[in-house]
Amino acid sequence: MPIIGVKRDLLFKSLGQEYIHFLFSSADDQFSDLCFEFGLELDEVTTEKQMITNEQGAEQSAGASEDIVYRIEIPANRYDLLCLEGLVLGLLVFQGKLSPPRYKAVTPEKGSVQKLIVTPATKLIRPYAVAAVLRNITFNQDSYKSFIDLQDKLHQNICRKRSLVAIGTHDLDTVVGPFTYDAKPPSDIKFQALNQDKEYTATELMDLYSTHAQLKQYLHIIKDSPVYPIIYDKNGVVLSMPPIINGNHSRITLNTRNVFIECTALDLTKAKIVLDTLICMFSQYCIDKYTAECCEVLLPDGTVTRYPELAYREEVVNIQKTNTYIGISEPADKIAKLLTKMCLKSEVANSEDQVIVEVPPSRHDVIHACDIYEDVAVSYGYNNIKKTIPKTATIGAQFPLNKLSDQLREQIAQAGFTEVLTFSLCSRDDIATKLGRNINDIPAVHISNPKTLEFQVARTTLVPGLLKTLAANKKMPLPMKLFEVSDVVIRDETAEVGARNERRGCALNCNRTPGFEIIHGLLDRLMQLLEIPRSSNKDMTGYYLQAVDDPAYFPQRCAEVVANGQVIGIMGVLHPDVIMKFELTHPVACLEINIEPFV
Amino acid sequence: MQAIPNARVGFSKAMSSGWITVTKNAGEPIVARKVDDIKDTVRDHLQLILAKSPDEVTDEQKQEYKKRKLLQEVVTKSFLLGKGKNFATSVEKPETELTQEMIASGSWKEKNFKPYNLDSLGISPERGHLHTLLKVRDQFRQIFLEMGFSEMPTNNFVESSFWNFDALFQPQQHPARDAHDTFFISEPKLSTKFPSDYLERVRRVHSEGGYGSQGYGYEWKIKEAQKNLLRTHTTAVSARMLYQLAQKEFHPAKYFSIDRVFRNETLDATHLAEFYQVEGLIVDHNLTLGDLIGTLYEFFKKLGISQLNFKPAYNPYTEPSMEIFCYHTGLHKWIEVGNSGVFRPEMLLPMGLPEDVNVIAWGLSLERPTMIKYGLNNIRDLVGPRVNIQMVHDNPICRLEK
Repeated sequence: MPIIGVKRDLLFKSLGQEYIHFLFSSADDQFSDLCFEFGLELDEVTTEKQMITNEQGAEQSAGASEDIVYRIEIPANRYDLLCLEGLVLGLLVFQGKLSPPRYKAVTPEKGSVQKLIVTPATKLIRPYAVAAVLRNITFNQDSYKSFIDLQDKLHQNICRKRSLVAIGTHDLDTVVGPFTYDAKPPSDIKFQALNQDKEYTATELMDLYSTHAQLKQYLHIIKDSPVYPIIYDKNGVVLSMPPIINGNHSRITLNTRNVFIECTALDLTKAKIVLDTLICMFSQYCIDKYTAECCEVLLPDGTVTRYPELAYREEVVNIQKTNTYIGISEPADKIAKLLTKMCLKSEVANSEDQVIVEVPPSRHDVIHACDIYEDVAVSYGYNNIKKTIPKTATIGAQFPLNKLSDQLREQIAQAGFTEVLTFSLCSRDDIATKLGRNINDIPAVHISNPKTLEFQVARTTLVPGLLKTLAANKKMPLPMKLFEVSDVVIRDETAEVGARNERRGCALNCNRTPGFEIIHGLLDRLMQLLEIPRSSNKDMTGYYLQAVDDPAYFPQRCAEVVANGQVIGIMGVLHPDVIMKFELTHPVACLEINIEPFV
Repeated sequence: MQAIPNARVGFSKAMSSGWITVTKNAGEPIVARKVDDIKDTVRDHLQLILAKSPDEVTDEQKQEYKKRKLLQEVVTKSFLLGKGKNFATSVEKPETELTQEMIASGSWKEKNFKPYNLDSLGISPERGHLHTLLKVRDQFRQIFLEMGFSEMPTNNFVESSFWNFDALFQPQQHPARDAHDTFFISEPKLSTKFPSDYLERVRRVHSEGGYGSQGYGYEWKIKEAQKNLLRTHTTAVSARMLYQLAQKEFHPAKYFSIDRVFRNETLDATHLAEFYQVEGLIVDHNLTLGDLIGTLYEFFKKLGISQLNFKPAYNPYTEPSMEIFCYHTGLHKWIEVGNSGVFRPEMLLPMGLPEDVNVIAWGLSLERPTMIKYGLNNIRDLVGPRVNIQMVHDNPICRLEK
């Protein structure tokens, strides 16, 4: 969940409210309650100095501001709340203090529409682009920082770390349109990048930034491409090389009056959302509030599209359906008011059983009527909804395999064994070399991106988990009798996903002598409980043991368990090599059976 | 001085009391009398003690004389004995246990029995033990069964991205599908068996919309859906169950499951790569958000929790979504205990469920309430091989409502 940091005093000033310290509830608590109702979480109250200390150490934070900063958790789909401006707007409308603004794309008062020409070469690397202008805007220190931060947040979230969309913002007065969005071989690109003091070629920049803490993570997006994206103006002045870095020439300062925004992308829908979001958040600082000047994007195939779209969409919701979905019964006009508080300006339709909802370009998260129902519920207050019990009459049921497992677990515990719960993931060695086997002979499921050895494979046997538990509990008095009834994972081509779980029961005895007879006794008891008789003539009914060799077990101290004609498991004294490899010292006798045939 | 015993001591005491002086002129030192009269307090004190008036000598002085071995303190203890109630002239050893012979012969009537030391502990009974976390799981299973829920078959850790994400209307570019949040599988890498009509409907609702939705407006790729992974939630199984339900004549249902899920996140004291998810869902015509809230109150009441607070939240596959908070009377604060919501129509309608059917669902982890209940700070003390077996031995019966 994205978290934004906003200065408390600035926030309260913008909300136009003094949160007075009451006896029982401080300003932080009051704000926290407001956040809770709205669907946000006040994660932390800290200071800028404290945040820098936490991230970079105390020396770096010297001289940083001690102003109180609120860190607020924002739902991942609300791009319109990712900055102070959006948050304040949302909260003021929620409190009924402001009515939702109307955003408009306008043509320029003087001069012609700015153009962005897209060349065919961009298809190789990053085919889509959108653009817009914020005209006559005024920044101050705080709003400037907020503007940069919002781009960063969008880059991290919806833009998927700049790989899907990259944003570039420029001082329009320092460059001259029409602009060209092209893709050129890296050696053909040379410009003075932001904060650099001389020109570098794109290849040199890649090297330069390979050690840059923030930028190095984006290099891979274009590094190996034969052409790099590049945007330049009529005179060849480079605005940016997306998604890496802007040019120094067009950088925005506190004095910038006109901003040119360009977004290049692999996903056009997301590029449009990003552009709309930037405009909805910052157009309030333009002289002509809530407007953006449009730009034309000329594609290689000749089509010309004007951006930003700032589209308003109408959804018609049925009152009865809304009320039934939530479990309230409000009339149409109340519902319209509730929605308007959520920045979804609504009106009762002529038919009185419907409400016409205007979905603004700041609410790209609303894609279905159910999103509107949620906003009605939030506005009404979740905790105000009357609780009811569904009239659904059903009869409960247990999953038979789980029922059997639980019954067997009880019985094994009654037989004097202690249950353990171990991990399904382990290292390759745990199920192979430590048990005297070759990993290639084992039908195991392998994880493709394990962070550590402990997550290399899914276990194919419960034995390693039990042995590791023994090793971690050497202080316990002997004998140690442990068991686990749980799933292992087996690769199986006939299964739908190519693997399946198998429910196993595994028990061990660890003492000065292995206690094979104890484990054997447990097996006899389990068979008795499952009504499987002992088979004296080794036929298809009943169970019996047959000697077998297994590298994990001591020679001539190992047997297969056969029940109803099927090998269901193995039992024996573990081989000393296994004991040593699991860092144990005492002998162990062990039993592992598949319990699924008994369901 | 060497000839006479105690001469040295006498000499030094006389010197320190100022009775004599020593002048060292040329030649031999000469000892001379310094005072005319002396008072030998030591001799006086000792005579006092001899005369049985020890109180006139202070404790400090007595200590000093003891040190100098002039005085010795001897303690004499005396007892006054008399006949007690059970006085007898012969001594009998008391019995410790009633035996079978005593019962048979009746000899117990004449014997004395030693009283039990009731302050000691008894012998620990021979027994096995069930694991702490699984005892909690057993209780949750009971709660669901009491509420009429049916258990889903969740015995499959390996799942395809299709059922884990796409069928749940979670877009393919969603961060949760990232390799650093999800365990992807290298062998077996892909799943290829999907119901083809349903797959096409899912593709369409993601890319183009439909069923009243705008969709996500991106190009849905089957390659992404085929990727196998270790399931990140048991909701994948719920999706399969709902799909199955939609293939037959619809009837309302209540399902639950408690089983393992896997997340490739950063590990710390309270997070592991695998943990147990508890999930419940109700499928019926015209279910409301109020029904979800009411059901949650009943569910949590069985856990002994009666104060709940709901916060709007975001889940890719539920809308509305709510985070569930409960008031912990011990910690005196609200803590998050679970997540819930109404499944999105974009998830249900492509399956073929009737339009007025809603699915309300909720989930929580098993480990978190267990750690809070038993006061554990590190999850590795509860799950995995490092668990302290002694803790499993000593762990009480699980009564969630207390």
